[in-house]
Amino acid sequence: MSSPAPTRIVGAAVPRKEGVDKLLGRACYIDDMEREGMWHGATVRSGIPRGLIRSIAFDRSIDWSKFAIVTAADIPGDNCIQLIVADQPCLADGKVNHCEEAILLIAHPDKHKLREAVASVRVEYEPLPPVFSIEESERQDAIVWGTDNLIKTFLLEKGDVDSAWANAAHIVEGEFRTGAQEHLYIENQGVIAEYSKESGVTVWGSLQCPFYVFKALRGVFKLPDDKVRVIQTETGGAFGGKEDYPSTLACHAGLLAMKSGHPVKMVYDRMEDLAVTTKRHPSRVRHRTAVSSEGKLLAIQIDLATDGGAYATLSSTVLSRATLHSTGPYVCPNIRVRASSWATNYVPYGAFRGFGAPQAIFAMERHMDEIAAAIGIDPVELRRRNFLHVGDTNGTEQLMRDPVILDHLLDRALKESDYYAKRTKFARENSSNPVKRGMGLAAFYHGSGFTGSGELYLNSLGGVDVTLKGEVRVLVSNTEFGQGTNTILTQIAAEALGVEYSSVTMAPPDTGVVPNSGPTVASRTSMVVGRIIERACLQLLAMLREGAGLGAKFTHGEFIAACERYRAAHGEVVSLCRYEAPPGIVWDDQRYHGEAYGAYAWAVYVAQVAVDTVAYSTEVEDIWAVQEVGRVLHPVLAAGQVEGGIAQAVGYALYEKVVWENGRMANNQMTNYIMPTAEDVPPIHVFFEEIPFRYGGFGAKGIGELPHDGPAPAILNAIRDATGVAFNAIPLLPEDLYAGLAAAQPADEVAAR
Amino acid sequence: MRGNAAIHDLVAPGTLGAVLDLLAAEPGAWTPIAGGTEVMVAFAAGRLTAPKLVSLWGIPDLRAIEVAPQSVVIGAATTFLDLRRHALIAADLPLLAKAAGWIGSIANQGRATLGGNLVNGSPAADSSPALLAYDAEIEFISVRGRRRVPYSEFHTAYKRNCLAPDELLYAIHLPRRFARHNQYLRKVGTRRAMAIAKVALGAIALLENGRIREIRLGAASLAPYPMRLMQTEAALLGRSLTDDTIQSARRALLAEVKPIDDIRSTADYRRRVAANLLDEFLLQLRRVEAVP
Amino acid sequence: MRTSESAAPNNPWPAVRFVVNGEARIVSIPPMKRLLDVLREDLQLTGTKEGCGEGECGSCSVRLSGELVNSCLVPVLQADGAVIQTVEGLALNGKLHPLQEAFLQRGGAQCGICTPGMLMAAAHLLDHCPNPDLAQIREGIAGNLCRCTGFIRIFESVAAATSAQSAGSATTLTTEQSHHAR
Repeated sequence: MSSPAPTRIVGAAVPRKEGVDKLLGRACYIDDMEREGMWHGATVRSGIPRGLIRSIAFDRSIDWSKFAIVTAADIPGDNCIQLIVADQPCLADGKVNHCEEAILLIAHPDKHKLREAVASVRVEYEPLPPVFSIEESERQDAIVWGTDNLIKTFLLEKGDVDSAWANAAHIVEGEFRTGAQEHLYIENQGVIAEYSKESGVTVWGSLQCPFYVFKALRGVFKLPDDKVRVIQTETGGAFGGKEDYPSTLACHAGLLAMKSGHPVKMVYDRMEDLAVTTKRHPSRVRHRTAVSSEGKLLAIQIDLATDGGAYATLSSTVLSRATLHSTGPYVCPNIRVRASSWATNYVPYGAFRGFGAPQAIFAMERHMDEIAAAIGIDPVELRRRNFLHVGDTNGTEQLMRDPVILDHLLDRALKESDYYAKRTKFARENSSNPVKRGMGLAAFYHGSGFTGSGELYLNSLGGVDVTLKGEVRVLVSNTEFGQGTNTILTQIAAEALGVEYSSVTMAPPDTGVVPNSGPTVASRTSMVVGRIIERACLQLLAMLREGAGLGAKFTHGEFIAACERYRAAHGEVVSLCRYEAPPGIVWDDQRYHGEAYGAYAWAVYVAQVAVDTVAYSTEVEDIWAVQEVGRVLHPVLAAGQVEGGIAQAVGYALYEKVVWENGRMANNQMTNYIMPTAEDVPPIHVFFEEIPFRYGGFGAKGIGELPHDGPAPAILNAIRDATGVAFNAIPLLPEDLYAGLAAAQPADEVAAR
Repeated sequence: MRGNAAIHDLVAPGTLGAVLDLLAAEPGAWTPIAGGTEVMVAFAAGRLTAPKLVSLWGIPDLRAIEVAPQSVVIGAATTFLDLRRHALIAADLPLLAKAAGWIGSIANQGRATLGGNLVNGSPAADSSPALLAYDAEIEFISVRGRRRVPYSEFHTAYKRNCLAPDELLYAIHLPRRFARHNQYLRKVGTRRAMAIAKVALGAIALLENGRIREIRLGAASLAPYPMRLMQTEAALLGRSLTDDTIQSARRALLAEVKPIDDIRSTADYRRRVAANLLDEFLLQLRRVEAVP
Repeated sequence: MRTSESAAPNNPWPAVRFVVNGEARIVSIPPMKRLLDVLREDLQLTGTKEGCGEGECGSCSVRLSGELVNSCLVPVLQADGAVIQTVEGLALNGKLHPLQEAFLQRGGAQCGICTPGMLMAAAHLLDHCPNPDLAQIREGIAGNLCRCTGFIRIFESVAAATSAQSAGSATTLTTEQSHHAR
């Protein structure tokens, strides 16, 4: 294990790049923007989960001549939001497949006129039977997508699972479920669009992936690349929720701008945002595991199913990541994972921090505790006996070549949490206390960057330039939405170039200005994009040395002077690099075999809970998070990522439930969708071990998604430790805990406490 | 934001007399708005139908806490922060001070008023269990005069109360005689802050010679409106706190409460937790009794 | 739109007067218009954000005559005569308020959308409780939802801003962090 090279700026807690603007209230979010002559847009939605549109009528009480109205017939290009599969219409044309499907768009100069207008459009349907669960979709009584309701399947196989059962000392089975989760970014989704014949379509918006929106607009408007422009405005949280949905909203606003001849703003209010935008995929995961008498995993068979919702969106890639993370950071010679994503008539599910991994890891890590209980060994010991080490292969037979320090992470987590002493103490105290305490842990890894050959297909391009004003700018399409993109990429550039942090800025996140360095997703920004920027900077230095006589050591003034000499001699001062895969990355997409990820971040999390048997409520009293994420580029931002992810995952485990009524979100208000407040989050103890990854930006691996993977299973394992009852579904609300702990008891008896 | 300010009128006459004159002139035409923590939520959601609103904010007569030897009189537009900051309320009516801290957040507590909480009539109202336990009386005012009713008779059905169209809720009267009583209040909400009660129980009892001489139980989210658990009280009054008494009180409660399934919880859970809260109170009472 | 335009003579709405960030303003607008919308639309003070429109998230928190309020729940008529402070009025003479400085140094702001409201809630807390303990900080900002930070760094930022003396001990309340290069 090598120590990181000494650095001036990387690893330091420099101020967040756009921090001062945010703190002064100056940062400009989409709803803070106006355009001259701007109108406002609204959406007429289906309101039924599935059916054929029979007629659309406009109530005569409204003077419709004052409104711009857009239907599917107005779409100049393809009526489809381009993403992976071309199945989702931009506007419903003849049929609807979920309650919130957009049918028609309306714009008016006065936003207060819109609500009545939307209510005055009457759509008549011929209803069709809807599908509301994975099980209903599997039964295929109604085919709601494709020919069989199956959006995607994967089969991952290693060794010979079928022969393993006979030799097993123990076979342990379990079924695990996870629910939908709402991102609940505090800034609702919104865009402003402009359209003109000369410039084409321009969209400003709150979004993660400018080039995804670009691609969607290009298809819907049938315009050449130079007539489509997307500019990200300051974005108030995203978490995956602004990965694909902004493409739809941008197309809608763009169509209204085209039809009305005015810039059009569409900013959802909270109720609309909650009801219509994507959520985390619900899952059902079935495990069957063969274990030796020594507690070695002999065979793992997993049937993993997700609810994809009405359209494919990102379900296939979410399912892929779920599949690849489903067997955890363990060695097992025989593995079979069958994974399927099923269509239903809910709003399409989409990307959310962790992207399938939290669902799969919840099942695996919960199941590990059940295996330990079934065979009578300590859950810590069971994990230790099966951990991956250097030289082992994981489920896709990827050889672990870089250091794996799971044993150390585990030891550290046990020590910091005082795990064993507390378990003993709680076991002693619980019998006489209506509050039962327990400890639980989860061990897991999370692959950084796109899966398999994904990064090669992306072929990201990024770099730096130096403007006439002497500003060094980072040129990427990667966006800031709180995670720290601006800060870490300018840190990397400043470090690599040998200039000050304050002299490096981000070029505007505008597809008309920056190259496509890929989407801001998949824990790829630090590792993949960071490395591209590092290389581009080294390349720029070489250019300046060779082409402008820059010395080995230089002041800022000498650097700028060299840039000006270079500009005079060669034109613009710009250095771009493309993604280069680390050597030895071989991925077989057909067999789901090989190097699934260039690198993994590793972690062991411990949760301490107190279960109150009066109210059946669970309080997470403490969380210890020990992880190895490569080089930590910024200690404050990194810890902030871990803490924020953990808080979100505590919500996932214990609070956040999407309540459905006939396919529609019934609790689409912040009063009723319950995220943890400042009084609900536990103390969070964050520990990093740093092993620089050679092919990441200054040694970084991914960090953003990792903290959402571990808390839910650690918390439910702790609840099992506290109560002796296995709960296998999240969110685990007090009502569910009550059902598990007390429902069997007659209500009129005093509970045995 | 689904409301349109231009279609609502709001006036602020500034004095209680002027507000009452307005209500008398057009009974039922004006909707009072105090701190706005309910009305403005309805407005933003596009649910506010009232065309004419009259502001009670900043009317001094409505926002006063008067302490007399036997009672405390709280003006209806007193905010929950006012209650929390009042030393005598913390000392004499600790359950009310505690409930005041449950309302939303600091920002909500500075605007939400005690009267508003009652008039709004939510079955989950945070202040109600404490007021029921303390045997509060409610005073109404109109140009016709004033009248008082026990708070336990104020709510008549879901979101309905016994205010006449020209009346305002004027004040809440609370006796100061609970220094020797055992007191209990617990809210089981959706989370620790910014929470709506799934179940809440306020309780007060006085033991004499090992028997319960006085008891009142106020509950939220267990019926269409906040209510006294009279039958449960009857099962306890005059009894000593044996296991049998506790068991029969639990049965009485389970027979008496009428919770519902909704998007926040289930009837089953609410019933069971309400019974558990009663146990918790009665066991607390028994422990206190055991320590002379 | 400046005050003079809002108060145009043909405007039928009553005039509402208040002081915002030290500046006297008059607006003639529908009396039920939310203070939040008046600040953002009529006074161009867009630092105050809307997150939910129902008093749940606290993004629109401002101080109204000394009290912390959700400006989405205040009809502007009820702000007549009030003294209002928004996030734009927090920094003094071009210098960051100690809370802003602490949030900047300690990672109290990530995406920034809850930050203006969070700062106002924290400023209100410190005015009433100059040396809050962790429980008081938690309660003081419990009405301000942040989805990015998990609040931990916000607790630290508020504690650090209280005073130079208490800052050192406050940061140890919630998070230990260690960076062991291996």
